[in-house]
Amino acid sequence: MAEPKAYLADPALGWDRLWHEVIVDITIIGVLFALLAAWFIWKYRRRPDRQQGEPPKLTPAAGVAWTVIPVFVFMADDFFLAANGWQLWNTYRDVPAERMEVQLESGMYSWDYTYANGVKTQNELRVPAGKPVVLRMTSRDTLHSHFIPDFRVKEDSMPGRVTYLWFHPKKPGEHLVTCAEYCGVMHSYMSGRIVVLPPQEFEDWYAAEAAKLQPVPAAKPAAKKTKKSA
Amino acid sequence: MNLKEWIFTTDHKRVGVLYLIGSIAAFGVAGVMAMLMRLELSQLGPTLTANPTQYNIWLYAHGAVMILGFQIPALTGFFANYCIPLMIGAKDVAFPRVNALSVWLFYVGIILAILTFFIPDPPDVMWTGYPPYSILTTGNTALYTFTVLILGFASIIGGVNFLTTVVYMRAPGLTWNKLNIFVWCTLAAFVLQLIFVPVLGTAVTLISFDKYLGTHFFDPARGGDVLTYQNLFWFYSHPAVYVIFLPFFGVVYEIVATFARNRVFNYAMVVYGGIFGIVALSGVVWVHHLYVSGMADWIRIGQMVTTLLISVPVGLMVIGLVGTLYKGAISFETPMMYALGVIFLFLIGGLTGIPLALPSLTLHLSDTYYVVGHFHYVMAVAGTFAIFGGVYYWFPKITGRMYSEFWGKAGFWLTFVGVNIVFWIMMDVGVKGMPRRYYDYAQFPQFEHAHQIMTFGAGIIGIGFAVAVINWIVGAMRGKPAGDNPWGSMSLEWTTVSPPPHGNWPTPPSVSEEWHPYGYGDGRVSSDEAILHTPDVPRVS
Ligand code: HEM
Ligand SMILES: [Cu+2]
Ligand SMILES: [Cu+2]
Repeated sequence: MAEPKAYLADPALGWDRLWHEVIVDITIIGVLFALLAAWFIWKYRRRPDRQQGEPPKLTPAAGVAWTVIPVFVFMADDFFLAANGWQLWNTYRDVPAERMEVQLESGMYSWDYTYANGVKTQNELRVPAGKPVVLRMTSRDTLHSHFIPDFRVKEDSMPGRVTYLWFHPKKPGEHLVTCAEYCGVMHSYMSGRIVVLPPQEFEDWYAAEAAKLQPVPAAKPAAKKTKKSA
Repeated sequence: MNLKEWIFTTDHKRVGVLYLIGSIAAFGVAGVMAMLMRLELSQLGPTLTANPTQYNIWLYAHGAVMILGFQIPALTGFFANYCIPLMIGAKDVAFPRVNALSVWLFYVGIILAILTFFIPDPPDVMWTGYPPYSILTTGNTALYTFTVLILGFASIIGGVNFLTTVVYMRAPGLTWNKLNIFVWCTLAAFVLQLIFVPVLGTAVTLISFDKYLGTHFFDPARGGDVLTYQNLFWFYSHPAVYVIFLPFFGVVYEIVATFARNRVFNYAMVVYGGIFGIVALSGVVWVHHLYVSGMADWIRIGQMVTTLLISVPVGLMVIGLVGTLYKGAISFETPMMYALGVIFLFLIGGLTGIPLALPSLTLHLSDTYYVVGHFHYVMAVAGTFAIFGGVYYWFPKITGRMYSEFWGKAGFWLTFVGVNIVFWIMMDVGVKGMPRRYYDYAQFPQFEHAHQIMTFGAGIIGIGFAVAVINWIVGAMRGKPAGDNPWGSMSLEWTTVSPPPHGNWPTPPSVSEEWHPYGYGDGRVSSDEAILHTPDVPRVS
């Protein structure tokens, strides 16, 4: 997207960005240490004329410096990463006001979604493109974790508490949902999908489903509420 | 060799060897489970078994036995028992009979653990045993609870024993600043065990109460809370990774100092910065295992900071290790190969933990193969390499014989190549979305090829470790006599004969002012000259 700092508004974008940053960070540290160790191993191998190490004698002051300086270097990197991690965390946890709310009840072994207007689906969540979706999750039996790899997000659901996660589907398409918390025998088969539809197509489906719910003619205000252009 | 002597032994060295035999047997059992899992995963769909529960039982057993039956007993049982009295110049531990009790409790524990395969409904609860599933399942978790309680009790009495031993039984002249790094590390590990094991005991006991006695600690319908268990479990099990990390890193320090014939770099930094720092932080980072569990946001952020800060003491310990190579005189016998291997494996494992310290990145990574790859590098593989290196290192002391250097190196290279194939690919498929604890992966057909390669790599690892164990057995029976100090180490355990007699030294040693376990570079090649044997000086204790 052309918009600056889009990554601050979309967890999936923010994730890819921070992941890249952290990988660069740890690769640099790792390669530095590995090269240093490899160089020492090569340079200081035992030779006929060097049967003993010749360790540097550290003065107490040097010993302290060799402790304090690395401590500060490591802490600087830690706080840098913590700040970035926290920023992305806020993106993950602050759900945009303009959003679609869906209730999720997980159970052995299905994902049961309930929309605001009472429409229920199982293992398939249909959402309109362009609108953030927040799931309010609970479980009727064991722990489960609603993992959507494409949107870089998961959170456990469990009995007795309500947890949430949100994601921002932008383009029509399909995304895998798979369970990431061991929940029982069929854990590895507990998967479903998120179907992102063009907004109009979604509205039509949504209204039609709602109509099926109430055979008695009734107004459909719920459907209106979620209307939004892409 | 008289069986009765071994069964009734109170000699710390024999107790140690008994721990070693038991833990290597446990490693074999858990390793077979790993191979079965890898075979099952080598293709999409059912491969070895059509029953996911069978896979889940293997996985449960693999995790629980590797940690509780292999690594912790090998490190705090075998190495601590064998090395600590020798390293501090004591004739035995403070309470030898208690020590004998703890090793036999350990055997009861692993026999109970292995019995789980022969009961009608083996547990399929994963080594973490989270409720509600662990309470709902028909799998029997009672044996798991008893195993944990018995091994925990063995570990607690072991801890009391070793703290007492090191505080009161050091040889005259052996001050705190002359303790081997391994001894410091193990003391720290025992302090952690004493503080945290009771919490694990509580957690698993409450599970059994809920399951078999009808209480509701973890049942929200009756006022309980499922998250309580996860907090209790990780409040122990995170420190437990330091119970593994500290001694195995201590072993690596001993090997590196000896084969580099070099002083440990900045000893005070390693002990007071590294080891003490880890102990201080170990109890306030457990929530990084609960980043996606639904904990309050503030505690997830708070423990992100503490978790990142762990990199400070751990980093100091890595600096101390790499610094010990600097200006050394390094030789490359098998123990050193394993120890150098640990440096690189631990770098990969430790650094790949940094993304997992950030809750935001963990929202994608948690419970995927990325995590499985990371913790195998940092704990499972690095720790096992340190254990194997350590067994090779003290092998001549324990048996008085030498293993085969050729087969030692062959085993090392096989495992080193194998682990990098398996666990690197694991991290890669994990980042791409492959969740852990999957019996099958129909949703991810694109990973089938990667899984095949991992299974192949696991085969190489299995052969490599088998070569090492066979090498030990053959070496112990038929190896050439090794001499008392084949590596030219300064450390005290090499000053007695190999194998050391009951009581360790004919006359208790005391150490001179100039002696230091890492006092290389002062022109001495052997430790003997630095040790004063003074039989007439009456010893305290
Ligand atoms: C040596 C070769 C090894 C191989 C090939 C191997 C393989 C595996 C595999 C395939 C899994 C889990 C897969 C899944 O999530 O479905 C696993 C899990 C695990 N492994 Fe290993 N492993 C090895 C060694 C070790 C060692 C030495 C330890 C020692 C601590 C260890 C500790 C664990 C633990 C704690 C788990 C997690 C269990 C759970 O999810 O409850 N592994 N291993
Ligand atoms: Cu599941
Ligand atoms: Cu941890």
